[in-house]
Amino acid sequence: MQMQQMEEQIWNYIDGTASQQEVSFIEGMIAADMEWQKKYRELLEVNQLLKTDLELEQPSLRFSKNVMEQISSLQPARATVQYINKNIIRGIAAFFVLTIVGFLLYSFTQISWSSTAGASPLPFELNNLNLDKFDFSKLMSSTWINVVLMVNVVLGLMLLDSYLRRKKKSSAHNSVSH
Amino acid sequence: MQAAQSDREVITRVLQGEQKAYEVLVTRYQSFVFSIALRYTKNREDAEELAQNAFIKAYRCLNDYRGDAKFSTWLYTIVSSLCLTFLRKKKLPVHSIDQDGVFELADAMDSGMRANIVEEKSKVKLVNEAIALLNPDDAKVLTLFYKADQSLEEIGLIMGIEPNNAKVKLHRARQRLKEKMQQYFAVEVEEYIQS
Repeated sequence: MQMQQMEEQIWNYIDGTASQQEVSFIEGMIAADMEWQKKYRELLEVNQLLKTDLELEQPSLRFSKNVMEQISSLQPARATVQYINKNIIRGIAAFFVLTIVGFLLYSFTQISWSSTAGASPLPFELNNLNLDKFDFSKLMSSTWINVVLMVNVVLGLMLLDSYLRRKKKSSAHNSVSH
Repeated sequence: MQAAQSDREVITRVLQGEQKAYEVLVTRYQSFVFSIALRYTKNREDAEELAQNAFIKAYRCLNDYRGDAKFSTWLYTIVSSLCLTFLRKKKLPVHSIDQDGVFELADAMDSGMRANIVEEKSKVKLVNEAIALLNPDDAKVLTLFYKADQSLEEIGLIMGIEPNNAKVKLHRARQRLKEKMQQYFAVEVEEYIQS
């Protein structure tokens, strides 16, 4: 057995994460095999050192006072779930579902279901799906494109504005806290 | 004597408007949060600022703490994410443990430590100096497991990994610690084993 595998098993045994079956196997190996015994002792020492001698670092004496001073002018913010209105999420989901259902319904109405048993295995004829009937030019008219572009530009500007406001606010907050 | 209040009780008091109660949590966890930050920054000033920011952020987001995990786990997640953002912003050299030659690089960076080898070291000093030689992830996982009383599941939550990966990380961290101790403090380790 590889040394690394042996170490992993012994660590699992020391940490108490080994299964009952593994425990009896490891205990047997430690009792019978000198190499296992030596490794077990070595790892046990490392574990003991970490448990007893690993120290935490201490911050400055004013640490908690500094934190309390900084939060004195603050209040806990409202929980995120409270200000994200579930109706908005439901509305967006409903919009997408309706759009998909609409497209599917439209597609189905365009299919001729009276199939003649021809070469196609499908119960309808794809050739009858006449997309030529649909006037794409109406949908993709320059007016529509302009409207979509305009909305996107406005949304982009709003996003930029909120980003710059947030940045300004955080830099002001940082300068105050320093 | 009044028993120490649980974190949840303190949080309820803070959310009811008793801001002063938050100091209990700050005092309770300041050394843990500061230690984790210091593992990343290796600089006390930066670590202190990050630790303070973690407590401020936790206070601001206290309403978002749902109580699914321990408060400490939630707090350590905040400080870990702040530390990573800090390192990214400062563009400090963060080396992947998978990167070739990273250990040689670490050895070169820490060559100053060799001067201390002849110095008589206590066990405590020995372990803590060896921890300081580890990469931040290894040092953090050991601190969380051995000092901050976090289970493998909780460490996984804090580091954004599966508990099994946390277990592997812990094994590797202990292995590397052992190697560092043997490499830099062989004499002291030998003395310790014999004592």
